Amino acid sequence: MKPAPLAPQMAIALPVLGAASILIAWQYLLPLLGVPAYIVPAPTAIFGVFQKNFALLIDNLRPTLIEALAGFVIGNLAAVLLAVVFVHSRILQAAYFPIVLFFNTIPILALSPIIILIFGLGMTPKIVIAAVICFFPTLVNMIRGLDSASDNEHELFRVLSATRSEIFWTLRLPRALPMLFSSLRIASATAVIGAIVGEWIGSDKGLGALIIQATFNYQSDRLYAAIVLSSSLSIALFCIVVLIERRVIRY
Amino acid sequence: MPNAIEAQKLDVGYGGRQKVVKVLSGLDLTVAAGSFLSILGPSGCGKSTLLRVVADLLDPLDGTISVLGATPHAVRSRRDVGFVFQDSTLLPWRTVRDNVRLPLGVGQRSLTRKIDDRSSELLELMGLGGLGERLPHQLSGGQRQRVAIARALLGEPRLLLMDEPFGALDEITRDRLNDELLTLWRRTGTTILFVTHSIAEAAYLGERVIVLAANPGRVVKDLDLRPFKQEGNRCKREDAAIVGAMAELRAALERAS
Repeated sequence: MKPAPLAPQMAIALPVLGAASILIAWQYLLPLLGVPAYIVPAPTAIFGVFQKNFALLIDNLRPTLIEALAGFVIGNLAAVLLAVVFVHSRILQAAYFPIVLFFNTIPILALSPIIILIFGLGMTPKIVIAAVICFFPTLVNMIRGLDSASDNEHELFRVLSATRSEIFWTLRLPRALPMLFSSLRIASATAVIGAIVGEWIGSDKGLGALIIQATFNYQSDRLYAAIVLSSSLSIALFCIVVLIERRVIRY
Repeated sequence: MPNAIEAQKLDVGYGGRQKVVKVLSGLDLTVAAGSFLSILGPSGCGKSTLLRVVADLLDPLDGTISVLGATPHAVRSRRDVGFVFQDSTLLPWRTVRDNVRLPLGVGQRSLTRKIDDRSSELLELMGLGGLGERLPHQLSGGQRQRVAIARALLGEPRLLLMDEPFGALDEITRDRLNDELLTLWRRTGTTILFVTHSIAEAAYLGERVIVLAANPGRVVKDLDLRPFKQEGNRCKREDAAIVGAMAELRAALERAS
């Protein structure tokens, strides 16, 4: 038998308690076990960086945010448009989709130097990397979503003599939205990864650059603060996507 | 007035030019305008295929078919045909009212006559008044099927094709919708072709029942029920004559399977 669901208060309290227990163990147990602070700084030390170096963190958050957002928008938009082309032309899809799949198997870390060679050291290559990393999951999901209307739904529109564009706007696009949003949720995290990976390879600004600098300078509290900020950025983007999804998809 | 359907030596199949699987073979069928025809048969006998040929969703391989005195394509372009599927095929992101109004939003370019927005009237008629702003997932299976019927009726079709519309419903709901459908049919004078698996439903609804056999599909029994029913295709489910007709249909169906 399935266990009974938790009371709503417990459903909130338990994760908070779980996180608190790990933070307390991290703060007090790790030093006792002899883990040095330059490898794992205490949570209070990481929090201290947010107070001491707030301006530095924000200065480095800004470029990463812009790159991730621009990459997210461009990569997903390109994927949606290409998916629309592919589902309307089986010939183009048959000719080019396998090549697209092949490109998808190239690790983004291997592709990034090439992108930086092409686009130089500014923000552009980071945006491109973030866009590329968002592109493939959305393309695949969007194609599947646009093809997900049932035979009966297509027959219904045929009985009504609907045109191809009416079928697209009234049936196929709304049908595709749930799958589009599930890939946008994934892309909200991967866009940040793409921007940071780009900054690792060639940049002196951004959270990725901050992570590299802090690592080489043994400023582990700053390194951990940059990591916390990166993950907060992903979570914020994810929440925005979920909020929009809830407004758009009501069923 | 022309017959609603006149089909001669109709061959229908799937599978392209080389390996054709014949679903209907040499089917002759005439359906009078305004009548209620039940189509009964085992799975795979081509009941749904027949409806799809009438609705211009499928072209016959051979033979001729005229619908309301014209080609199936002309009839579809005039929006003279309504189709109700077994699953209600409502768009889950549209409200009940917007689902009923779907025929107003699409296919207008090829439409050769004007269709009015009768959604409010139809929602009332189908007992859905007050549910217009709900989403389909908030309705019961019976209510969803009522919405699908209201949508099919929006263009005031002269021919209503129903493909096991109540097959997924519980028996009480199904019986109630049977009665509502008969009332609707008497009021509108629409010709109805009603495909079903249920012998009882076919006999209760139809003025006439045909039984199709499979491999390939053909008419093996054609039973006129009007002599067993009262004025306006009225009967009780437990009438001796209807029960007798059901036994006759069952025997034909067993031979056909």
